[in-house]
Amino acid sequence: MGDFLSQFAELFANYDVLGAFWVNIQLTFWAAIFSLILGTVLALMRISPIASLQWAGTAYVNILRNTPLTIIMTFMFLAVWTQLQIRMSDDFATNFFRFAVIGLTVYHAAFVCEAIRSGVNTVPLGQAEAARAIGLPFLPAARLIILPQAFRGAIAPLGNTLIALLKNSTVAAAASVSTETSTLMREMIESNSDLIYAIFMTFAIGFVILVIPIGLLTTYLSNRLAVRR
Amino acid sequence: MSSQHSVLFDAPGPRARRRIALGNVVGALVVLGIAALVVAELARKGQLSWDLWGPVFTASAWQDYFIPGLQNTLRAAGFAIVGAVVFGLVFGAGRLARSRTVRWASGVVVEFFRAVPVLLMMIFFWLLLGFNRIGTEPAFLAVVIALILYNGSVIAELVRSGVGNLPKGQSEAGLAVGLTGGQTLRSIQLPQALIAMLPALVSQLVVVLKDTALGQIITYDELLRAAQIFGNGNGNNLQTLTIAALVFIVINWALTSVARWLSRYLSGRTSGATAAGPGIGNPTVVAGKPGGPGNAIAATGDPSAM
Repeated sequence: MGDFLSQFAELFANYDVLGAFWVNIQLTFWAAIFSLILGTVLALMRISPIASLQWAGTAYVNILRNTPLTIIMTFMFLAVWTQLQIRMSDDFATNFFRFAVIGLTVYHAAFVCEAIRSGVNTVPLGQAEAARAIGLPFLPAARLIILPQAFRGAIAPLGNTLIALLKNSTVAAAASVSTETSTLMREMIESNSDLIYAIFMTFAIGFVILVIPIGLLTTYLSNRLAVRR
Repeated sequence: MSSQHSVLFDAPGPRARRRIALGNVVGALVVLGIAALVVAELARKGQLSWDLWGPVFTASAWQDYFIPGLQNTLRAAGFAIVGAVVFGLVFGAGRLARSRTVRWASGVVVEFFRAVPVLLMMIFFWLLLGFNRIGTEPAFLAVVIALILYNGSVIAELVRSGVGNLPKGQSEAGLAVGLTGGQTLRSIQLPQALIAMLPALVSQLVVVLKDTALGQIITYDELLRAAQIFGNGNGNNLQTLTIAALVFIVINWALTSVARWLSRYLSGRTSGATAAGPGIGNPTVVAGKPGGPGNAIAATGDPSAM
């Protein structure tokens, strides 16, 4: 047992496991911010009364959410970088990191859009009718009555999307981000095959530790802020 | 398209209708303008030439690469969804069991596999099977096992929340006519919950299909890897990956449509909520409460608004 522990400790000293998780957290952070922006724009397009914008938003969502993320990431690396020769940065690592963020963003924006739209759909029509009945014009009705309820309804699906995004950040391996967890785990197992279970459990529990608080917080917030109907 | 009338907007009057028509034209111009820019840029880089697109539409490209790749994708997805349903029913029933130990153990298993990225599981099983020389196709087995564990856990949650979301009167009625708790679960709650979760199950099939593409990273010869090998050989990855993505989009879009139709069709056959899943991640962070407002599935999948 002591032998095992010392081997394990040596492994931790030789590989930057925490650094790999930090890369995933950074990928998740930037992709979350950008996909929230893009997803909100798409959601606004889809709930607007303007047919051409509705159509464009719907087309984007249907295309991106039905495409495997792995294809998008591979596309970023092989098509956008290799074939189109588009550079995001002169530094190799930064370049691929940014491509991975873009890939994660365009994919998850489709789900953010659907999450926000589903939040708007939880607001009963009567709320809008009541707002108009007491004489509120469009913007005050949206700001005071509809959007606050819509955001509360969107918390649970947005939390789900964030958890999925965190886990999907491992797919950055397909966009050649070589410092994140799935690549590091593979390297570690390939050169320490006798410790395969311990290495896998280390990474797995790392993700459990990251994911469970987000899930609990989402559940807590959506229950606490839920509009009781 | 009557459902497109959003809660935000009143029925437009003549002035609003003029403004919407104007916005429609401007919006169309902007969207078309962006599309034109992309196409022009692709043309400038010579990406529209037939030298690059031609190879994709030859018989050998489909016979030797795309079709065998698609077959492998569908094979892995087929095995995975069947295994995931079995896993989900077992552990979903486990989470509803009378025994606290069984409930707790099922809960730990389900929560663990829902939180670990599928790609990590695939890499782990691939290397484990490879080191121990188990099976002739370690990559295929790894894809299937990882997808079963993850999607099975999601389905287990669907079973649990499906039963939790039934109206309380259903179990009360079962108890009132003299059934035991277990009999009520088996003959009244589960049948309705299983019918109610069918649309979400079809949506989960979309997730399974998309996740088979992760097999590319562990050298499983599925559609994406086949397309990539073909693209590397012809120097037209952009074109081949686009075709591979289109194949996925068509299949998944069809499945999504089926899920939406099922959710409407089945809503009269069960007292549960028949909402389609979101097609990503864990659709049930919020554990099911009877008719509760914060239910992720119910919130995401309003079928009339899709």
